[in-house]
Amino acid sequence: MVDLSVKIGDFEMANPVMPASGTFSPEMAQVIDINRLGATMTKTVSRELRDGNPPPRVAEVECGMINCIGLPGKGIDYFLTELMPEYLQFSPPLIVSVTSTTEADFAAMARDVTVPGVKALEINISCPTRDPNGGNFALHAEHTAETVRGVRAATDLPIFVKLSPNAGDVVGIARAAEEAGADALTVANTILSMRIDTHSFKPSLGFKTGGMSGPAVKPIIMRMVYQISKAVSIPIIGCGGIVKAEDVVEYMLAGASAVQIGYASFRNPTAMISIIGDLEEWCDRRGIARVSDLTGAVQDDMETDTYIAAAAGI
Amino acid sequence: MTGMANTVFSSRAHIVGGDNTADHAPKAPVEEALTTVLANDWINDEYKHLVVTASPKSLAARPGQFFHWLCPSPDEGDLWLRRPQSIYRVDRERERLEFLYKCVGRGTNGAATLKPDDKFNMVGPLGVGFSLQPDWKDVIVLGRGVGLATLAPISQMIAENNVSATVILSARSPELAMSGDLFEKAGADVVTVTDTDGTSAVENVESIIEDRVAHGRADAFFTCGSNRLFMLMKRLGTKHGIPGQVAMEQIMACGLGPCYVCVRTFVIGGEKTLKRVCIDGPVFDMQEAMGW
Repeated sequence: MVDLSVKIGDFEMANPVMPASGTFSPEMAQVIDINRLGATMTKTVSRELRDGNPPPRVAEVECGMINCIGLPGKGIDYFLTELMPEYLQFSPPLIVSVTSTTEADFAAMARDVTVPGVKALEINISCPTRDPNGGNFALHAEHTAETVRGVRAATDLPIFVKLSPNAGDVVGIARAAEEAGADALTVANTILSMRIDTHSFKPSLGFKTGGMSGPAVKPIIMRMVYQISKAVSIPIIGCGGIVKAEDVVEYMLAGASAVQIGYASFRNPTAMISIIGDLEEWCDRRGIARVSDLTGAVQDDMETDTYIAAAAGI
Repeated sequence: MTGMANTVFSSRAHIVGGDNTADHAPKAPVEEALTTVLANDWINDEYKHLVVTASPKSLAARPGQFFHWLCPSPDEGDLWLRRPQSIYRVDRERERLEFLYKCVGRGTNGAATLKPDDKFNMVGPLGVGFSLQPDWKDVIVLGRGVGLATLAPISQMIAENNVSATVILSARSPELAMSGDLFEKAGADVVTVTDTDGTSAVENVESIIEDRVAHGRADAFFTCGSNRLFMLMKRLGTKHGIPGQVAMEQIMACGLGPCYVCVRTFVIGGEKTLKRVCIDGPVFDMQEAMGW
């Protein structure tokens, strides 16, 4: 039997599968056994009450969806008193996702959610649905670094920094986050996108633009995980379009130590549980002793001579 | 697990979860399950009647609750989100679920392609359904169009609880005034109003309701399917102090609560607030709901 446990620095998981922030809540216990997950993850917590964006908040597109939900939530006080106990009913380690609009308050938020029961923080500096232009700290290396430095000084918990796939130089931003003290990188948030209804001529989303997720984005995020893993020495959590066990394997080969699943749970609410089972079976069939051995195991010593490669069998 | 060699996610995704959910979370009230289609027949030009096998969990469905369908494709493409569909009838004796759905978009047109013996993946039962208070002995049910399918299981609820009802079915034409047979079987006083015979005007419906109110036959209101009729019932509910419930819809993603896609605006104590149709509803207090 394969050992499915993984470590993200000092953060230990029984298996590499956790939900992506925003797609999970204790309400998932209506349909799955949450204790089977590698970790649990809160919806992103803000300082203030946020209603979120005008509906429609989701649009179906080929191979996925676009959302403009806009980080709704009742604010940090409600989270700490009312929601935390709900999340802490479950045994997997809890990661709290936080966001803010200023670097100073990001640090304060990190300090305020550093409470017993919380095992790690995910710093959401990359949500494309909060600003009408999709802007956020993770589009710029200097804002990323400054935010992470502030958070680093404010908490001793492991800090996972969620990067944006909408940045031009995502590898440079990953380096900046590492240098500023990130313990791991979540790669990545959703891809800024749009759909226009050709019947009504209106944008399909109430916020006009949104963040795309689903199988369509997987190859794009895979490239980012792969390139970032070559550039940094901290662990990576792969996130984007996973719908089956082989997708988890692929992200791990590219360099991820663990993965997050979001879209798939919308299409199949039991997806995370099934994928954990399938991953175990896949590893056993391949004779993989430890799933963590897959991390970075891509065999990318490709032939560089075009004539030799073009003469090889297929 | 089967199909591991098959790495095509579109077909794989129909298998993920499958019907082994019960093994994963036996205490969970909701399941993702593969049902078997028993019948899927046109009942008129726009609506189909789907009958599927049901597990013990899905047979616990209450009137007004819904199932989240993973519809097959109606075309060369694929569908990437589920479609919520309210139940039409829970047949506990024969262990079947029935749905009456209007074929309007890719999801429902995809569902229309299902044939007997096909597997159909659905998640449910979901949401908060209709309910009866113990002191409600005679109620009024008012619906139009596709809303009539959502209201239909109230017929089971009133029969089981010995409650009388006036049921006003509004439709463009008589053949679209569905669910009347179920309510008649439950002993309800069924009134059909249509556009074709000119009886569906709000004024006429209002006089029917006022008549029942005047005779003490309106302990509660139930409605679905028409903003016009909802606004009428809400107004009459306020006027006479009669409580009511309305089933609402919204574009939805997860169906279970976490994503907050399916929010609608409600007014509670003068304050506007957002509620999720999937888990706070789809049935809401009529006086808190807003017209659409």
